[in-house]
Parts: sequence; structure tokens; C-alpha cells
Amino acid sequence: MKKSLLVVSILFALALTVAARPGTILLNAAGATFPYPIYSKWFDVYHQKNPDVQINYQSIGSGGGIRQLQAGTVDFGASDGPMSDEQLKDSKFKILHFPTVLGAVIPIYNIPGVSGELNFTQKALAGIYLGTITKWNDPEIANANSGVKLPGSDIVVVHRADGSGTTYIFTDFLSSASEAWKGKVGKGTSPQWPVGLGGKGNEGVAGLVKQTDGSIGYVELIYAVQNNISYGKVQNASGKFVKADLAGVTAAAAAKAKEIPDDFRVSIVNAPGAAAYPISSFTWLLVPAQISDGAKRDAIKGFLKWMLTDGQGYNEGLSYAKLPKPVVDKELKAISQIQ
Amino acid sequence: MTAAATTLQHAAPPVSGPRALIQRLRHGDEIAHLLTLTFAAAILLLTSMLVWELWVNSHLSRAKFGWNFFWTQTWDPIFDTFGAAPFIYGTLITSIVALSLAVPLGLASAIFLSELAPRKISDTVSFLIDLLAAVPSVIYGLLGIFIVVPLMRTWLGPALIATLGKLPVIGKLFAGPNYGVGFFTAGIVLAIMVVPFIISVSREVLLTVPREQREAALALGATRWEATWQVVVPWARSGIMGSVFLALARALGETMAVTMVIGNDPKISASLLHPGYTIAAVIANEFTEATGDLYLSALIELGLVLFLMTFILNGLARVLIVATERGGGRPA
Amino acid sequence: MNRALLLWRKTLNIVMLTLTGVAALSVVSVLFLILGYLIWHGGTSLSWSFFTQLPKPVGETGGGMANAIVGSLKLLLLAAVMGLPVGLMAGVYLAEFGGKTFSFVVRYTTDLLNGVPSIVIGIFAYSLVVLPVKHFSTLAGGFALGIMVIPITVRSTEEFLRSIPNTLREGAMALGASKWKTIATVVLPAASGGILTGMLLALARVAGETAPLLFTAFSNRYWSPGWGQPIASLPVMIYTYAIAPYDDWHRQAWAAGLVLLGLVLLANLGCRLVLNRGGAVRSV
Repeated sequence: MKKSLLVVSILFALALTVAARPGTILLNAAGATFPYPIYSKWFDVYHQKNPDVQINYQSIGSGGGIRQLQAGTVDFGASDGPMSDEQLKDSKFKILHFPTVLGAVIPIYNIPGVSGELNFTQKALAGIYLGTITKWNDPEIANANSGVKLPGSDIVVVHRADGSGTTYIFTDFLSSASEAWKGKVGKGTSPQWPVGLGGKGNEGVAGLVKQTDGSIGYVELIYAVQNNISYGKVQNASGKFVKADLAGVTAAAAAKAKEIPDDFRVSIVNAPGAAAYPISSFTWLLVPAQISDGAKRDAIKGFLKWMLTDGQGYNEGLSYAKLPKPVVDKELKAISQIQ
Repeated sequence: MTAAATTLQHAAPPVSGPRALIQRLRHGDEIAHLLTLTFAAAILLLTSMLVWELWVNSHLSRAKFGWNFFWTQTWDPIFDTFGAAPFIYGTLITSIVALSLAVPLGLASAIFLSELAPRKISDTVSFLIDLLAAVPSVIYGLLGIFIVVPLMRTWLGPALIATLGKLPVIGKLFAGPNYGVGFFTAGIVLAIMVVPFIISVSREVLLTVPREQREAALALGATRWEATWQVVVPWARSGIMGSVFLALARALGETMAVTMVIGNDPKISASLLHPGYTIAAVIANEFTEATGDLYLSALIELGLVLFLMTFILNGLARVLIVATERGGGRPA
Repeated sequence: MNRALLLWRKTLNIVMLTLTGVAALSVVSVLFLILGYLIWHGGTSLSWSFFTQLPKPVGETGGGMANAIVGSLKLLLLAAVMGLPVGLMAGVYLAEFGGKTFSFVVRYTTDLLNGVPSIVIGIFAYSLVVLPVKHFSTLAGGFALGIMVIPITVRSTEEFLRSIPNTLREGAMALGASKWKTIATVVLPAASGGILTGMLLALARVAGETAPLLFTAFSNRYWSPGWGQPIASLPVMIYTYAIAPYDDWHRQAWAAGLVLLGLVLLANLGCRLVLNRGGAVRSV
């Protein structure tokens, strides 16, 4: 009995070591969590159309994606924030940025007795997160919401505990909205928050906000849509209060599309235009300019081409905005830079 | 005849140097000794390599901040200022809370399961408790968020503030505001996570105490409790302490569950109900996103600091054991 | 005898014993609550597709974690093969052979190793096994988990070997057995119950670890052939799914938690069966 069990276990263990089918191209990628839903969809669909190509993407975070790409442990990366000049200079090899989708970050809140949509001015959001605005009935908030009775209770601020691209986009916006924020805290994936509780992931932030009376937090648009969480309007550069939706995000991108640099590294927060949603952002795939493995190179180029054409059709179904046409055209041309 | 031959060989005086070593190695015992020694040494090697890696990879941060790293309270990845103080504080506090809850409860349960409970029940319960060690910490974190945090916010927190919060000195430990997340909540979740270790190992060790010890005490007129507390438990003391060490180590290094219920606010505060942060939690939260060599190096230095803390705490605990050695333990 | 003192002692006896019962009851009920919650949430989300399908992208129902289940099995196997022998041998050394100072150092170091946060062990394994070859692999994940298995195994092996009374050892030696023979054929089997508990506890603990796998085994959307590719595992999938915004994924996370527990249970039962547990020397 014991012996046969041992034999079975050994056979089982050996069976687990089956080798890969030849001809399959295995690509590993890592990075941003923000676009993970759409990426997983794309890679899956692409695999069905091209069964030889397996792209394994893991959302370990934008910073992780950049680091693993530099270390050579992944074939390409993804990031919610473009690499900085310094990072590109320090990089051992040239890296190309390819915008993939557009997304938005929205403010969510939980105020007992207040059920409608609140308007947030840029100063209000910055003040709340700086800790200078501490009560809900502060004039900065009250004046923008004339019909609403706001309580005098304390604002409980919630932010992300883990480093994240969502935070990068939000702090990018706060930096452009407030000189004080820019000087004191700055933009990044893990800033030193002046006040507030940290939740882990979008889920953590939403959970804390849901449970805590008088709280405010920020999450990705897709997350709020998927979970039916109500969110507020944010004032854009033109002074209008805009509620985040796909049209508003695309408007923000389109406004900046003309000035988009050749390496596609641009921030579109606080974009001009009446319809633009101010807390929007591109998210990028980071691809090495030189790929020595021919099969992998062709696979990546093939995927990029598909992503920019057919792939974009899947965006809106998952609450991501499509890339504006001028950007797509520019990117298709840029694919040839991958040698 | 071979027996006689070997005896004769061993009777000859050993040749010095390598010949002697080889001759000794013919002994199964020597081989066993050497073999097990090698494995034990391998652990030392592994740990040294770990510390070496931590040391080397944190040199940027050590060079820049020096000793100030220990008491700087700022943690600013954007402006590149890093300090470990809030995290050291959080790690210590949550571990102390966790052990204060887990050790009495765990030991009491182990005593019950080993001394009083019928054998079948004791075995089944113990088996199920062992299983709980396999529950991923993420799940403990989720349970913490769904159950412990609301409990803390709506009932336990206010209760503590209203009762213990009113007392003179320790009242400061239980002051508002109370969000549900914080040091105490993390301590509770940690306690739940480490109590299986304490119960499991302590129970097994208590079961190995020789029957004669118990019987001798009872024969001398001790009550059941006295026999247990004054004879059986001290006999198993080193095993129980071992389980507490396991629990402490787990509490110090726990990441996922803690970060979900502690509020992740790098501040030092007297109140246990205030949000805080631990070393393991901040490393887990920020390591994947950290770009920038100084940032990374600071995170790794935090890992080194935790190592140092474990070193010191273990040392203190051992001193404590030696100091309380009244001779009631099992002969070494 | 002093009547009052006797009464006091008797009362104390009943009070303390009841307290231990209360403690045990409360701890056990909390722990059972957790198990129950997990079984309830996980059980209602289990389906045949969970065990047979690969993960599906967001929005599509019917995905499963087949690759993660196999992945966890492979990783645990590696961890056991790499870590358990080291732990066992070191424990034997500490209990049977050790010199005073060296043993102290080894014990201390083992406790230190136990306290290292799992993510730091992951980082260590990353720099040792992943960076040099520039890719994530199952081996790296197994290595990281193997390191974590060692301390618990060492501690419990040593404790339970020590708990074997010397009379047993002396008896064997009196019959002519050499030291290593005594250990191998008398002491170890006698302590096997406790040692096995320790090993299973160690494996159970690493079965649920996420952080060390993030940088070593990475994870994999597909099947992972051989031992040199990234591989999916249940804890990492639970982590990814639990903090995502999709209800379907949450349900799968609970189901995965339950399956993980089930795996550990099976391993537990299987080992006890094969090694015929019951050989522990108990005095009661």
C-alpha cells in the first residue's frame, strides 16, 4: 500500500514536468494595474486569433514593470505614468512608449444625508488632500454645491496605501491644480500624504469609503462603473464641472493630441476644452527598441498593430476610452522603430 | 572474523592528519554528525547570504541617512527623504498587542486541549486548527476588513474608549478618533493568525510530559490546576516558548493581512485605535512600484532594520527564559 | 490543614480550569467561524469549471484556476524537497549532536530566519535565482518557499526529538546500536508524530504565502511547462482577484482559498496515512 502510493506520487510528479510545445512563443510582460482588465482581454483575444503567441501579463505595478523591463526578466512592460527623463537616461537600452487606452480617476465619497452628485473645485480637492480643508461645510465645497446641505463634520481622507498608477494620475492632477500641493507633496506613485488613511488597491479605498461616514477617496472610473459607486464632478481647466465618462476622457486626449511628442510621453491632466475631464490619463506599453529574438519581435509588433486597430474596439465595453485617431496613426508609424 | 578484524583495526593508534579523518569517517556516527552539521551550517550560510544581500542593496540609503534613519519620522518617496521610526513603532506595537492576546488565549486553550478535553475531541480540534495555518494571509485580511474592522468601528472601539479610555495612564492608549482600522485591529487580526501556532505546538509538547510528573504532583495533594500549572507547564516550558517565538516571528513579518486593516498611515501615535504602519506592510505596498535607486535602497534598509529588531527581540526573550529558570524545567 | 487555604485552592482550581475551557471555546469558535465563512463563501463559488479551466479575462464568466492549482502543487513539492530535509537534518543535529555555542548560534539564526518578512525572502530569492538567468521560474518560487519551510521544521524537529526520554536512547545503545542507528531507527520514529506535525505546519504556512512568489514564480495566465517558466499559484491568484473590482473574481478568490485549504487537508491526511501516524511516544 505504502509502496504503490509512493510510486504513484513519483509518477505524478514526473507528469508535472511536461515540456512546452515547440513553436509556441511565450512572452512575459508586467506592469500597470490600471489597464489590467483590458490588457487581459486583449492578450486573450489575440491568443485565440494567434494560437502560437502566449502573452503572460501580470499587474505588479507600473514601477515593477519598469524595473523588470530594465532587469530583462520581462519582454515588455506597462506603466500608468511615462518614464521620466532621468529614468530613460539611466536605462541600459532604449525604450519606446506606446499609449494603449485612456482612463480616468474620480472622487468618491460617503456623506450621510447627501445622496446627489457633488461638485468639486480643483482648490477643494487639493485642500482636502493637503489637510487644509477639514470640514464638509467648508466654503470652498459649499459654494460649488449651492443646493446641497453639507454637514459640519470632519472629512475623513482616504488614499491608496500601495504605490499605484492611479495615485500618479491623481497627484499629477493635484500638482497642476495647486502650487501648494506641487511644492509640498508633488506627483508620484507613492507620495507622502499629509493626511488620511491608506487602503490597499481600488478595492481597499472603496471599502474604506463605503464603511466610513464623511469620507472621500479616489478610484479608477472603471472600478466605480463596475461597482455602481456614485462619484462627484470635478471642475476642469475651463471652469466647467464635468462628470467623468468616456467622452470626457477622449475629449481631454483629443485636446492635447496635436501637441503630443514623438515619444508619446505626455500628461493630459487638466486638458483645455469645455468637455474635457481633468483627471484623465494615457497608459503606456513600454517596449525595448531593440529585440534580438526575431520571433518575439514579430509577435510584439503584430500585437501592437492589432491592438491599435481591432483591439481598440474592446475598450468601451470595459469602460476605457479609445485612443484618438491622430494618436493611433502616429503610433502605427512608430511601430517600425522596433528593430 | 570481520568483527575481530575491525576491533583489531580500531585498537591500533590513529595516524594523525587526513588519514585519521578518513578512518573516523568510517564510523557511521561521524558521518551522521558531519552530515547534520553541514545542514545546520547551511542554514547559517543561507541567513548570512540574506543579510549580505540586504546590506549590499541598502547601501545607498545607509550612506545618505546614516543613523538618522532610525528616528526620522518622514517617509517621502517623491522628495527622497526616508525614515524608519513610524514603521518600527508600528511593528512593535502590533506584535505586542498580538502576543498579549494570543499567548494567554493560546496557552489556555492548549492546556485545555491537552489536559481536560477527551482525546478524540482534542485530536479533531487540533487537526482543524492546524489547517488554519494554511489560510492565506490575504484571506485573513479580507476577513479582517469584512468582520473585524466594522466590529472595531461600531462596537469594540467605542467600548474601549468608554471604559479603559477613562483610566488615568492607560487611557491614552484608547483615545479617539476611531475609524475601525488601526494598531489594535491589526493586533487582533495578527493574534488570530498566530494563535494556531501556539496552540498546535504547545499542545503537542504538553502531551509529551511524562505521566509520572503529573501523577507525582497529584499524589502530593495538588489540585488538578496546581499540578498543571506548577508541574506540567514548566516541564514543557521550552517547547511553549518555542511556539511563542514562532508566533512572534510570524507577527513581525506578516504583510498582507496587516496592510489591509492597519490604515497604512506612517505616523506614531499613543492611541492604539489610530491608524499606523508596519515595516513589512510598507515593503509589500511600495516595493513593486518603487523606481529610483534610493527609494528601493531605503525599502531594503527597512528589511534590514526588521532583521535587527528580530535579532534584539529574540535576544531579550532568551534572556527572559534564562532569568526565569527556576529549575522547574525538563533537564536539558 | 487550614480550611480557608484548601477552599481557596479548590476554588482556584475550578475557576482556572473553567477559564481554560472558556479560552479554548472562544478561540476555537473564532477559528471555526473563519473556516465556516471560508467554506460558505468558497463552497458556493466552486464549480467544475474552477478546477478545469484556465483564467478568463474580466467580464467573461466561467474562468477557473486549473493552472494555479497545479502550480501550487508543484511549488509545494519543490519547497518540501528543498526545505524539509535541511530542516530535519538541522533539527537532528541540534537535538542529538550539537555543541553548546554552535547550537545556540544555529537556533538563534533559525528564529531570525523565521522572522524575515516573506517579501524580503522573495527579494532575496529574486536576486539569487531570477536575476542571474533573467527570467522568473518555478524553481525560484520553490526555492523561496523552501527557505521559509526550514525554521518551523528545525524548531519542531528539535523540540520533539528532545522530548523523547533518554531512557529510550540508552536502551537502544545498551543493545549495541550505534548513535546514528539509534537516532534513525528508534528516536526519530518515536518523535515522528510531532515532527510530522511540524513539517505539515510549515508546508501549510508556505502554501498560503503570496509575497515571496510575486518576484520569483511571478504568475502565469497559461499552463507552465517544466520548471523554468513563470507559474500561477493559488495565493497569488487570490491576491490578484481579491483586490480587483469584479464580483466574479471575488467569488473565485474565495473558492481558491477553500481549494487551498482542501489541498493542505489532503496532504495532511495523505502523509499521515503513508507514515502511519500514531508512533508518537505519549505518556497519557
